[in-house]
Amino acid sequence: MSDFPFLSILTLLPLVGAVVVGVIPRRKAELAKTIALIWSLVVLVLSIFMWVAFKIDGDRFQFHESYQWIPSWDARFTFAADGIALVMLMLIAVLTPVVILASWHDVDGDGKRSAPVYFALLLAFEFTMIGVFAAADIFLFYVFFEVMLIPMYFIIGSFGGARRQYAAVKFFLYSLVGGLFMLAAVIGLWVVGGHTFDFSKLLQSVGEIDQNTSRWLFLGFFVAFAIKAPFFPFHTWLPDAGGAAPAGAAALLVGVMDKVGTFGILRYCLPLFPEASRWFAPAALVLAVIGIIYAALLAVGQNDLKRLVSYTSIAHFGFIGIGIFAFTTQGGTGSVLYMVNHGLATGLLFIVVGMFVARRGSSLVSDFGGAGKLVPVLAGVLFFAGLASLALPGTAPFISEFLVLIGTFTVHKVYAVIATVGIILAAAYVLWMVQRTTQGTLNPALEEVPAMRKDITLREKVVVAPLILLLLLLGFYPKPVTDVINPAVQATMQDVGTTDPGPTAVTANGRAAR
Amino acid sequence: MEQTVEYAHATGTLSGIWLLVAIPLASAAILLLLGKRADKWGHWLGVLAVAASFVLGLVFFIKLGGLDAEHRSAELSMWDFIAVGNLHVDFGLLFDPLSGVFVLLITGVGSLIHLYAVGYMEHDPGRRRFFGYFNLFVAAMLLLVLGNNYVMLYFGWEGVGLASYLLISFWYGRPSAATAGKKAFLMNRVGDTGLAIGIFIMFATLGSTQYSDVFSNVGALSSTTVLVLGILLLLGAAGKSGQFPLQAWLPDAMEGPTPVSALIHAATMVTAGVYLIARSNHIFSANHTLQTIVVSVGAFTLLMGCIIGSAKDGIKRVLAWSTVSQIGYMFLGVGLGGGAYALAIIHLVAHGFFKANMFLGAGSVMHGMHDEEDIRRFGGLRKHMKWTWLTFMMGWLAIIGIPPLSGFFSKDPIIEAAYARGDWTSWLFGTAALLGAGLTAFYMTRLFVLTFHGPERYTEQNKHPHESPFIMTVPLMLLALGSIVAGFLLSRHSAIPQWLEPVTGEGEHDPVMPAAVISILVLVVSVAGAGLAWALFSKGTALQEQPAGAVVTAARRNLYTDAFNEAVFERPGIYLTRALVFLDNKGIDGLVNGIAAGVGGSSGRLRRLQTGFVRSYALSMLTGVVLVVGAFLAIQLGWLA
Repeated sequence: MSDFPFLSILTLLPLVGAVVVGVIPRRKAELAKTIALIWSLVVLVLSIFMWVAFKIDGDRFQFHESYQWIPSWDARFTFAADGIALVMLMLIAVLTPVVILASWHDVDGDGKRSAPVYFALLLAFEFTMIGVFAAADIFLFYVFFEVMLIPMYFIIGSFGGARRQYAAVKFFLYSLVGGLFMLAAVIGLWVVGGHTFDFSKLLQSVGEIDQNTSRWLFLGFFVAFAIKAPFFPFHTWLPDAGGAAPAGAAALLVGVMDKVGTFGILRYCLPLFPEASRWFAPAALVLAVIGIIYAALLAVGQNDLKRLVSYTSIAHFGFIGIGIFAFTTQGGTGSVLYMVNHGLATGLLFIVVGMFVARRGSSLVSDFGGAGKLVPVLAGVLFFAGLASLALPGTAPFISEFLVLIGTFTVHKVYAVIATVGIILAAAYVLWMVQRTTQGTLNPALEEVPAMRKDITLREKVVVAPLILLLLLLGFYPKPVTDVINPAVQATMQDVGTTDPGPTAVTANGRAAR
Repeated sequence: MEQTVEYAHATGTLSGIWLLVAIPLASAAILLLLGKRADKWGHWLGVLAVAASFVLGLVFFIKLGGLDAEHRSAELSMWDFIAVGNLHVDFGLLFDPLSGVFVLLITGVGSLIHLYAVGYMEHDPGRRRFFGYFNLFVAAMLLLVLGNNYVMLYFGWEGVGLASYLLISFWYGRPSAATAGKKAFLMNRVGDTGLAIGIFIMFATLGSTQYSDVFSNVGALSSTTVLVLGILLLLGAAGKSGQFPLQAWLPDAMEGPTPVSALIHAATMVTAGVYLIARSNHIFSANHTLQTIVVSVGAFTLLMGCIIGSAKDGIKRVLAWSTVSQIGYMFLGVGLGGGAYALAIIHLVAHGFFKANMFLGAGSVMHGMHDEEDIRRFGGLRKHMKWTWLTFMMGWLAIIGIPPLSGFFSKDPIIEAAYARGDWTSWLFGTAALLGAGLTAFYMTRLFVLTFHGPERYTEQNKHPHESPFIMTVPLMLLALGSIVAGFLLSRHSAIPQWLEPVTGEGEHDPVMPAAVISILVLVVSVAGAGLAWALFSKGTALQEQPAGAVVTAARRNLYTDAFNEAVFERPGIYLTRALVFLDNKGIDGLVNGIAAGVGGSSGRLRRLQTGFVRSYALSMLTGVVLVVGAFLAIQLGWLA
């Protein structure tokens, strides 16, 4: 089974699907949706097989495939996945069908926009996402990194809400600028790294690069990833993009695509430029900590639900950031787990917010008020998503936040303590949002909207149920995921050249290892 | 200090302790997931689940008692919760004498309050949801006291916070209820950060969060580390238990239905802080300064609660501040350390009975009075609600500490222990506790007299007060019985101190005065306080708030603590948030856009984008494509020619 070319097939499958769905005539919208959904489910099933085939105690990179591409540059279609990439691939495979089903009526009743194109774009986006996580050739990674902008650009620009074109262009330009930095670094790496783009070959040769060059190259990659993630102060494109994108697409944008940034740091910056990573770590930690507090305060002050969720995500990316740059096993594993859990939790939050917005026709918090009276179950789901977002124990994000904080604390007490204050702010923005939308006296204007009187539908239940289940399951038993992530993170920490500090007060750790 | 703490593995019957948590959790899930389909019978399932846990708890408790003191514990590791690097956290439980007492209190008093709630919530359309949340609370609270490590404790800790939030804002349509719930959750989270950072310290220094590992190795920690760790745990405890400086949420929590106030905000959840300190006694006993801080918090809060409680007119508000004050006594007890740990636990259990009794009594009064809460509009209710009156009287006598009721056996020894602290602070803390006893007698008597005696001062709509149905009065009777006998039974032959000895150890100082003298003093002060209140209020009281001196005014305003929070945290927070939103939109975004525009050399284009004048995205798309293609060409020509 492990010889099966999982990664190339997994990458190409949604692309073929996108083409198939895209050529369906506009009037056969239902057919297009159904095919898109089934197609994404096939991708999910294949991913599950791959998950099962992955050997936890096997090689760091598995499912290796390589095909000729541009021999003169030594750029190849090389695919391979470590545990980190595997969980991200699984996340995109889970989220895509959920988002497709959640977006079922997003383009209905609109003569101007084409449903088949919209769902084709979602599949095309899945293709680029899988490609970017599965690539093991830096040039291939770069190409996917840039190409993934295109479907999302059209999703936001053509199918988004108010100010969609401003948001789409801003999104595109920010990413493009970041991409250019990375392009420069990729080329530089090719020049000094032995004229190859192959990740495993580069991993061997980067030791030769002199310190200064290595730091510049790190910076090139880091800026691209920091914009993508995004870290403070490169974040301002995200609230606009998240606010303007259709809710389902926003779930993919914030839930998966932004993780390419943090994934890239872990996969490329840390192993390829270990010395530079350590050298830049203090600055990265400071940015991440500022982001946690700053974005959380901004989230508290938002009056637009989708922008609010976007800001909460920026705060969450701050947590991922400190976990990565703490260079401890707990911090690193916590960060990767955080990427997965955040994808599920924020994905759910965006999707539920989308259900509210679709009913009300507005995403402004002030247009709601007391909605729990009209749609109690939907309000309950919103509350649950909020709880997951504030990392309540019992939901998966608790584990990752706890790991990030405890892993950071062992090496950077002050940063960890400041970040811990962020969990108070998380409670503030979630609960205040819940209060203003669903609690208190019923907003009279709300009652007059007929759609607001319809509580969660069967389709919507099917959409939220898997996410809720996964969030609970991983909240009580995260081991299946942490076991996959752990070896990859430990290998990365080895690349960086750091080891976990032992307990400071007791010499032998024998008692703790139960 | 070098003592090894080990727990015996759960075997036989005791390996079923997970059921204690699982049963109410399953019931909560059923009630919340089935929705309206469970409306008819849901409340009975809720009662049954808690009662089942109680019966099981009793069985386990007896089994535990059958073990010899050395091995009187049962630890059950269920699965690897978190295993990353050298961090290992069990999803594990520990049933030992301390958690056993809590299990019985939570499920025992819990069952009675669940039963009462069947009647109290009868006409509420959300009764099933209420029982779902109520069961969820019981499950979380049991997890809190049954965890075998600090992460499990934290799990339950936040879980009860969630349940408390859900139940305070149960009537979420009321803005005041929604706000009170949010306030409770937020202030609790402030405390929770303390607990969380405390856990981080344990892992960083000792490499474990398991009770057995941490307690065995406390001796390895520097005294500064112990102090910091203890203060952080105390912060968590203060948040959950409504102690200074995190007390403000507890009185507001009375927005929830009365059974919630009785179970969560009087008998059980708010005592979690006491549990945390008693459980961590190895840490707290290791540093004298730390103990002094705990004692100071307890003494200060107990007086604060008394003073504010004396000035309040809402029946539940007075009881809430009384709870703050009584938990102050418990903090005082656990802060004293040694044998006083057990005294605090006795008072905790006794308080669980008499305070739940009085809260439910208050609910019964409100039930018969159209939800009126103002004690100035009560009076003479003893004629209309015989059972409520009688049972409430037992609670009242118990909290004042009239022998032979509960409070006498549970509060007196704490005051004695405070006088026996061993240095000059004995006088300070002992006298604070003594003064508190007098004030307690005063405000509780005021409450009792204004409610049940004196002239009737009812509002128009309350012409015919009535007694509550049996389903409500029977729990009252049982709790009243508990109020009478619990203190005596628990301290007879030092039952609880001996039972807890494996957990907390023992230790005695000699009080600065003979115990008998202290006892008589307490009694005198209490009777004086009660007598004064009786004299002042047996003829009734003014129906409106009267102008008053500085002290009373301050007490009515919660000693200005709310005003302080608002001025120092809330308002600056709001301004900061607004300023940041402005800054982010105009400043950072503008700056970055500006730079981007400057770099691109087309400053006008982005500005036009912002004003929304771009008619087609094709142009910008094209620009992007040109840039990318240009870059590729650059590679081709510049580097690879």
